[in-house]
Amino acid sequence: MTSRDYAAVMSRRPDIMRRSVGIDYKTFNTGRIAFDYERMMSETGYSLEETMAIQKESNVGRTPMIELRNLTRLARVLAQPGKGARIFVKDEANNPARSFKDRRASLSVHHARLRGYPGVVAATSGNYGAAVASQAARSSLGCVIVQEVFDSRGFEQPEIAEKGRACEAYGAEVLQLSVGPELFYIFLLTLEDTGYFNASLYTPFSVAGIETLGAEIVEQSRELTGRDPDMIVSTHAGGGITTGTARGAARAGSPGTRIVGASVDLQGLHMASDRDFNRKSFTTGHTGFGIPFAVEPDRSDVPRNAARVLRYLDRYVTVDQGSVFYITEALAQLEGLERGPAGNTSLTAAFSIAREMPEDAVIVVNETEYTGAGKHPYAQLNFARAMGVEITRGDPADNRPGERIVIPERPEQLSVTEVDLNRLRSSYVRHACRALGDDRMIEQADVAFLAEDSGMPAGDVEALLAENGVTVKGA
Amino acid sequence: MRTEKKAKCGDWVQIHQIVLTPEQRAPQVPEDTSRVPLEMKAKGELVEPEAFVGDEVSIRTAIGRTIKGRLIAVDPPCDISYGPTPPELRSVGSELRGILAGEVTKR
Repeated sequence: MTSRDYAAVMSRRPDIMRRSVGIDYKTFNTGRIAFDYERMMSETGYSLEETMAIQKESNVGRTPMIELRNLTRLARVLAQPGKGARIFVKDEANNPARSFKDRRASLSVHHARLRGYPGVVAATSGNYGAAVASQAARSSLGCVIVQEVFDSRGFEQPEIAEKGRACEAYGAEVLQLSVGPELFYIFLLTLEDTGYFNASLYTPFSVAGIETLGAEIVEQSRELTGRDPDMIVSTHAGGGITTGTARGAARAGSPGTRIVGASVDLQGLHMASDRDFNRKSFTTGHTGFGIPFAVEPDRSDVPRNAARVLRYLDRYVTVDQGSVFYITEALAQLEGLERGPAGNTSLTAAFSIAREMPEDAVIVVNETEYTGAGKHPYAQLNFARAMGVEITRGDPADNRPGERIVIPERPEQLSVTEVDLNRLRSSYVRHACRALGDDRMIEQADVAFLAEDSGMPAGDVEALLAENGVTVKGA
Repeated sequence: MRTEKKAKCGDWVQIHQIVLTPEQRAPQVPEDTSRVPLEMKAKGELVEPEAFVGDEVSIRTAIGRTIKGRLIAVDPPCDISYGPTPPELRSVGSELRGILAGEVTKR
């Protein structure tokens, strides 16, 4: 009998992955580091037209794009004369499981059914679980969701508990785990035991599923405003929504749209810490995923992550937790839209950035999600207080992740903090160097790939390689 | 701990297992996490004819597979809530409407 102990299961990872995803990632390798990203996307994913057809059939997508007229007016009150872009939001809460994640799930579940898998498994503590469970339900496939939800004292993060409830409502088996990266071990065991498809967030199917979002935004922006969106602001965590939206917008013929990523600042909190787990009020869309996934995308649950944000980001900013709660309240009170938390991180950034842009510019927040018990700011703030986090009103600059949430006193206090993308690009290359181990020789193809994947000029990549003791064959 | 709370075959129950003891945890986990076990909870229908909370049991999950663990709840609650209105958010809406009303008057 195959051993089920931790080390043995982890060592079977490549085989389990190959069987459960059905992609032999090795065939796309073009060097030691390099692989053909576009070929991987086109050969294993789906075209935009195919994706649109699958999503239409599964009742996903084609959501309204709403102009936030009162938030725009408010931004203009605070801006210099002539400034204050029109703010729009893509109301993704209108999808069947009520978030943009249905786009990713619809393609993954379609693919699983096509290939004859009896069911799907996803490791996710977020909306993606509900999306996969919902799509599996209508496709008559089994579904297991593995989530990290409680700390060693048994306290469940209320938002994740709600997402687990939603998965069960759609007929999924939900495995609820305490804090730690070994969730992956249970995930692998579940794939092996069930023979189900790995509906990873990071396969080409999952990212191709989001391209329709970018394409719809461009199309709706043209309809509503007569112009292409000047900027799309995307909440950045694992990189999927940012990558997929950017690719979709480019396919729709809007190469000039600036792509801005926004994450909640949770720097200082350790993502695998039992203590820190329940001291954060955002379960995703934060720097704890946003920065590591930008600089090391292949840390995901598949060998090659299809979400690679450094190729697409023009700008990356952070916002604080208190400001996101404030804008969530503003969205409900001024626009009549009770949504979130997802999407409100990028809305906080969009509200702040709109003040820098001319009045005729169009800025689009690419998602909303349903809110509800556990997910709502009331639930999160009450839970944070119970976990010993101080909640006050004041200057949001005084926010301290894990210690203090400061709800702004005035809307002009909302601001973004720039993340230096060049620092992330260098960090990406250094991570790639570290992964080489003792053999420090790479090929020319690797240099070109690193430049493309990090968004850095090849000359700068070569300098960094030399600094890290890496030599290029034939150079 | 075994209690008198009893479930019978087919009842909706919740089980708990220790997946990894602190000694078995992955080397990369931070210090506080390494001191506690990795735990798992799951829900399903009780397989045994009857059992008490605290007993080792089997459940049949939503996808029909069997998982073993210690029985921790019969008819586990789903009591996710909102709680009271946090005072820090209560006046945000009226403050913002006030700013917009001032702006409208001004123009």
